[in-house]
Amino acid sequence: MAAFFQTPLGELVRIVLQTLAILVPLLLAVAYATWAERKVLAAIQLRKGPNVVGAFGLLQPFADALKMLMKETIIPAGANRVLFLLAPIVSLTLALMAWAVVPVNDGWAVANINVGILYLFAISSLGVYGIIIAGWASNSKYAFLGALRSAAQMVSYEVAIGFVIVTVLLCAGSLNLNDIVLAQKHIWFCVPLLPMFVIFFISGLAETNRSPFDLPEGESEIVAGFFVEYSALAFALFFLGEYANMLLMSAMTTILFLGGWLPPLNIAPFTWLPGPLWFILKLFACLFVFFWARATFPRYRYDQLMRLGWKVFLPASLGWLVLTAAVLLATGWAPHGA
Amino acid sequence: MIAAAAFYVFSAIMLAAATMVVTARNPVHSVLFLILAFFNAAALFLLAGAEFLAMILVIVYVGAVAVLFLFVVMMLDINFVQFREGFQRYAPIGATVGAVLLIELTMVLTGWRFLPEAPQWRSAPIPANISNTAALAEQLYTHNILLFQLAGLLLLVAMIGAIVLTLRERRMPRRQIIRVQLEREVRDTLEILQVPIFAGTDEIGIRMRKAISEDRGEAAHEGAESPMLAASHAQSETEGH
Repeated sequence: MAAFFQTPLGELVRIVLQTLAILVPLLLAVAYATWAERKVLAAIQLRKGPNVVGAFGLLQPFADALKMLMKETIIPAGANRVLFLLAPIVSLTLALMAWAVVPVNDGWAVANINVGILYLFAISSLGVYGIIIAGWASNSKYAFLGALRSAAQMVSYEVAIGFVIVTVLLCAGSLNLNDIVLAQKHIWFCVPLLPMFVIFFISGLAETNRSPFDLPEGESEIVAGFFVEYSALAFALFFLGEYANMLLMSAMTTILFLGGWLPPLNIAPFTWLPGPLWFILKLFACLFVFFWARATFPRYRYDQLMRLGWKVFLPASLGWLVLTAAVLLATGWAPHGA
Repeated sequence: MIAAAAFYVFSAIMLAAATMVVTARNPVHSVLFLILAFFNAAALFLLAGAEFLAMILVIVYVGAVAVLFLFVVMMLDINFVQFREGFQRYAPIGATVGAVLLIELTMVLTGWRFLPEAPQWRSAPIPANISNTAALAEQLYTHNILLFQLAGLLLLVAMIGAIVLTLRERRMPRRQIIRVQLEREVRDTLEILQVPIFAGTDEIGIRMRKAISEDRGEAAHEGAESPMLAASHAQSETEGH
């Protein structure tokens, strides 16, 4: 068996199996993230949430998916057909692609590449294309306005995210995600870099177009924003893409700040849980905060959003980056890795 | 073998995409083809073992620059018929510029000679034990820091230039100054007064229960209650009647 996996064909089979091993749980998690969001929102608003289909409404995501599949895909007459259908595919594909480098346990990643964090950053910055192409190809004013909002928003918050990532890299001394997690063996980066953790999480909300920064959708102003013309499966793909992106942002937060698969303390009761379980727990905790924020905060006004990104987060993260570098240099704590 | 095949596939797609950038009728399609070309260039970097450059290419060019391109091109209102009108008139000028460029490039390429040491450097660009990223950083920040800083300064100047050219003082009717809002306190805007209850009600013809009961000569047993409660009592009484 081991010999088979050494041959070229075996390698191909191995890669396919590994991909499935991450994609199948991921898609299930995405399906149940929609359910969890509805349940969490319901609990916060003193409602019951989905409770009819299956026990506790557990089959609701599948009922929704079936409904979406059965509906007609409507393409507007003036739309650019190819790009119109390409946009949701791009959206979901990018959200799934990023998971190739996410380490769930020590060395458990489909691709353990040297520049893993840059890969994640690159993929998450590409997410804007799905939205902007959808907005343009729909040939609709509302969709286009949503796309423009989204493009400006995501480009703005990417800058702050970039500086936060650089700060983490300074402390970890590596671009490899596995090494970044291992560098948090003694203390999770969310403790010494607490302000950056907060900036990262809020920028993550903006990057995934989540409430309170969901202006690209802005249903009270521009109907549903960039996906106003989408229906059936194409709409479902956007929906899945959004949740997959949320999961990805949570995973990035977990890896960069919450110590990935590492237990909080390296002593008995905490070490009983295996690493992947810790990873999943932390990921879900971050995801819960995404839902919580949606239930708690009203939507930002667009100029406030831009102000927060450019005039608050950018200088703050840049300042903290310089401070971190200075402290690391002065104390000699800077990691000397390659 | 696989690497060579991948190289040719990526190169072919990149060249085709680059051709489409200049030939596509729709400028938005042009930008999308440009993005495809960027991606294939990144893939070629990966094949060459320069993973850092590949990722930076995707982050900077595809993730930021091309988004802004797309942003601007989508908002342009171009009349394509008008766009092609002067084609024949300007064709000779374009051809001349192209020819000059072609001749110059040929001269440069034919007159180019590599240093004898160059192939050696190329064959071992990175020491085996450090990663591509670290090697690049070593070159940029340790050996060529002055050039790096000068390039940064150049970009800073360009940025300031762009801001100066486009900045317009706009008189916005309602401009939000967050600092002023945050510095406001309750006592600046709201004054809490202790208003005597039932004062002046007689003058406008409303007689409260207390006054009525006093008229009837009953004992004012509500005296111990708080004024608010008395008021609500009075209200419910009047509603009841």
